[in-house]
Amino acid sequence: MSDLRDWTIASAADALTKGETSSVELTDAFIEAIEANRSLNAFITETPELARHRAAESDARRASGDAKGPMDGVPIAMKDLFCTEGVRTTAASHILDNFVPTYESTVSGKLRDAGAVMLGKTNLDEFAMGSANITSYFGSVKNPWTPEGANADLVPGGSSGGSVAAVAGGLAIAATGTDTGGSIRQPASFTGLVGMKPTYGRCSRWGTIAFASSLDQAGPLTRTVEDAAIMLQAMAGHDPKDSTSLPIDLPDFRSACTTDVKGLRVGIPDEYTLDSMPAEIQKLWDQGAQWFKGMGAEVKPVTLPHTKYALPAYYIVAPAEASSNLSRYDGVRYGLRVPGDSLDEMYELTRGEGFGEEVQRRVLIGAYVLSAGYYDAYYVKAQKVRTLIAQDFKKAFADVDVILTPTAPSAAFAKGEKMDDPIAMYLNDVFTVPASLAGLPAISVPGGLDANGLPLGLQLITRVCQEETLFRAASALEAAANFTARPGDAS
Amino acid sequence: MTYLIQGETGDWEVVVGLEVHAQAITNSKLFSGAPTTFGAEPNQNVALVDAAMPGMLPVINEIAIEQAVRTGLGLRAVINRTSVFERKNYFYADLPQGYQISQFLHPIVGEGTVTVDLADGTSRDIGVERLHLEQDAGKSMHDQDPTRTMIDLNRAGVVLMEIVSKPDIRTPEEAGAYVKKMRAIIRYLGTCDGNMEEGSMRADVNVSVRPVGETELRTRVEVKNVNSVRFVMQAIEIEAARQVDVWEEGGEVVQETRLFDAHKGETRPMRTKEFAHDYRYFPDPDLLPIRLEEDFIEKIRASLPELPDDKKARFISELGLSAYDAGVLVADRDTAAYFEEAAKGHDAKQVANWLTTNLFGALNKLDLEIGASPISATHLGELVGLIEDDTISSRIAKDVFEEMLATSKSPEAIVEDKGLKQITDTRAIEAIVDQVIADSPDQIADVQGGNEKGIGWFVGQVMKASQGKANPGQVNGLLRKKLLG
Amino acid sequence: MSLTKDDVRKIAFLARIRVPEERLEPMAGELNNIVGWVEQLAEVNTDGVEPMTSVVETETPLRADVITQRAISDKILANAPDGEGSFFAVPKVVE
Ligand SMILES: [Mg+2]
Ligand SMILES: [Zn+2]
Repeated sequence: MSDLRDWTIASAADALTKGETSSVELTDAFIEAIEANRSLNAFITETPELARHRAAESDARRASGDAKGPMDGVPIAMKDLFCTEGVRTTAASHILDNFVPTYESTVSGKLRDAGAVMLGKTNLDEFAMGSANITSYFGSVKNPWTPEGANADLVPGGSSGGSVAAVAGGLAIAATGTDTGGSIRQPASFTGLVGMKPTYGRCSRWGTIAFASSLDQAGPLTRTVEDAAIMLQAMAGHDPKDSTSLPIDLPDFRSACTTDVKGLRVGIPDEYTLDSMPAEIQKLWDQGAQWFKGMGAEVKPVTLPHTKYALPAYYIVAPAEASSNLSRYDGVRYGLRVPGDSLDEMYELTRGEGFGEEVQRRVLIGAYVLSAGYYDAYYVKAQKVRTLIAQDFKKAFADVDVILTPTAPSAAFAKGEKMDDPIAMYLNDVFTVPASLAGLPAISVPGGLDANGLPLGLQLITRVCQEETLFRAASALEAAANFTARPGDAS
Repeated sequence: MTYLIQGETGDWEVVVGLEVHAQAITNSKLFSGAPTTFGAEPNQNVALVDAAMPGMLPVINEIAIEQAVRTGLGLRAVINRTSVFERKNYFYADLPQGYQISQFLHPIVGEGTVTVDLADGTSRDIGVERLHLEQDAGKSMHDQDPTRTMIDLNRAGVVLMEIVSKPDIRTPEEAGAYVKKMRAIIRYLGTCDGNMEEGSMRADVNVSVRPVGETELRTRVEVKNVNSVRFVMQAIEIEAARQVDVWEEGGEVVQETRLFDAHKGETRPMRTKEFAHDYRYFPDPDLLPIRLEEDFIEKIRASLPELPDDKKARFISELGLSAYDAGVLVADRDTAAYFEEAAKGHDAKQVANWLTTNLFGALNKLDLEIGASPISATHLGELVGLIEDDTISSRIAKDVFEEMLATSKSPEAIVEDKGLKQITDTRAIEAIVDQVIADSPDQIADVQGGNEKGIGWFVGQVMKASQGKANPGQVNGLLRKKLLG
Repeated sequence: MSLTKDDVRKIAFLARIRVPEERLEPMAGELNNIVGWVEQLAEVNTDGVEPMTSVVETETPLRADVITQRAISDKILANAPDGEGSFFAVPKVVE
């Protein structure tokens, strides 16, 4: 295939099975593409040797009839938040820029065991804190998409910015992401990809560098909904090493990817209409509802009254957990150490130099909202609001099976925009955060292009552990939208 | 018993609360599968979780939960059906996560009681505020290198039960008795080995003082990591005296953490910046609440051993021991077990007597624990049995005891080998008596002249002639008959 | 509620992050922006609402008390910035 962006997991698996290509051949092609597109800055660490080795192993398995399944031999990119044994893992932070784990995260290990070929570790916002992939110690990531008639560099969204740039740019067939408040779905929307955040607890968090423990979930970034189902199948499952891992078996996600939505009840939440939202997004959203109606679904309004408070609640809970989770980066056992005359000085200098500005801001906010005298007013209050948000969804899902919303309030924007005001940046996640707070599965599916020729995504949310419903609805939406556009300049 | 400090301005009362950290007996750590064995090479007993490697997650050890519940039941405490692990956030070199996973608002065990036994024979109830589970920190070694502190994480993550008393303690003696009783209880339960030298049990002592009659509590000072009963008592005396001085000199006791220096006989403030401590507790999002089923708790309750207080009461009521002896015997689980084994089928009071006076003294000299006693419990019981059935006299029994101590042989074998059996044959005794009388005309005159006490001299002579084997009662009877008619 | 420069200094020490003196004031401004914005939560009536601690509605799993990881000090120490023998080392601490 001349255009690497034509490959999907499904088509690659098919070609490998038929012997039309080999994993080594595919892998070499993607390694070349990665080398030719370093300007995207999608990868922090490339692992071509390891990739060729695993590809050769995969081909050998296939030759002896031991191929493992649809991921076997498929070249993918790994967000650099998953610890990979013997391969540097940085979380895009200076404080971990020399850290080489001696263990493999559950998710990356499962993908490895499924035969996937890891091409390298992708760039992200430092410790996954950001929505534009501009806070990485290793530099910002360039969106492969450019606005029509302009040549400004756009951000890929974040925090899984390197992963989406890699897939959208044809540097990998699929990639892993992590989503705390929208870090899979929003960048997927910015780059015309499918991004899926499963139910909290579906994917083990063991070995994934923590941002906010009660929210973090791994998920796939792919070109198609079917690919998302295939890849999630390989990533998810109960893990006794993670106390919050769901102790239940996985259904067959791929077989859920039918487009039959007859009778499916699709909810449209009033509260997701924002004044500041571009008309095109509202239009696409309406269009999405029309598509569902056209396919025989029942579309009706629902109300999620506490939506407005999701983002502020999130910006208490997530920094609070992060401030504690990031305490382990202290220069004692691994990572950066800046020498100091006393232990405290060593800590302060190490963390002052090792953490970037946004991470520092969030750690300080987190420490503040947990501190004596403020804990009840901020942290406990936010957790109560979180309960209300979860209850809103529960009530809504008594009437509907899925909820349809835009994924993000804007298309990809230029680097430099929204930079001086953290809150303006936080608003990127206004539509994705509520589902995160409630632990619900959600998916972003590319719906169309805006006036500048930039992709826009639509989000579907469903009940806890109902990923099958989500894949069905998303497949239908994907078929209706028939999104075939490609970024013009990267090939 | 009141303990008052006489100051310049009057008498001061001491108010003490204790936080006992007891290492729960488990194979593996609270949240990891690393071993808990004492004395391993540095950083050998460390799992990835214990070193807080990125992405590592805690999973709770079920036996830790069981040990906490068992201990709680032994303290006659409320077991909370729901409890929550929270993070206590602070930075220290041997605290790898930057937080300690502990319990704060919802501990696994609530209020309970410890009855302490005092030297004057009285008992007092000291309230237990709570028991919670938490991870231990690692170890910092400050004197191995001139410029650096060395860190060993072997202890990091070991299961601790922190048992917090109410501020009910009023004297150093009560504090010592509380620690001793706590140690006895957890050893009986098998939830902690109580070994203070190895650090598997240690105490933080909260001390404040107030003028007698004042009802408000004054500022308390926490004296950290005191690692023996004696030091607990000393630390209270010294710290209380210091605080009285401070108040009386017009100063103010500041809330702080101090270290007890046994060598210098002083407490001094820790240099770490206590002022900045703000632990920012919040529920650990890596863990879910612990919910205990009623039958889980009841199963543990049903498996509890008889505890010191109950045993003591039984020793008094059923075996007729004095409160003092019973208290001494139950203070240590092994001693109580030894006693009960020895007393099987024998006079319990005599066994208790032999145990507390003779055996304790001997073991003390040999520096041995009761578990390593050269005289087994069965043998000690048999020795008492030999006295009971008149096989040997109490006098001879002392010699047999010494021989048992030296050889670990059974008393029967010793009596047999050395021919120490008591002579009860009247004719044999009579022969010796007659011989002694024949040899002592002067003394006969003395006795018959009215000095009845002189009989004692004859008894002694007969016993000596029989090498102590003649039955003293029979000897006495015969002499009286022959000399006094 | 408004954070002062001094508050920021205190929180920064709590979090062991060295914020240069000249950054304290601007940082106070940035943090106040965010804190001011999240304070809109005060409008929400949360009387009688339980705070959420986890979205997972299962009990905490317990593991068997068996040793699964021993003697991996080489892995534990592999990334240590400073050490001696099999110890980690930090600047001297005076207790
Ligand atoms: Mg304490
Ligand atoms: Zn403690």
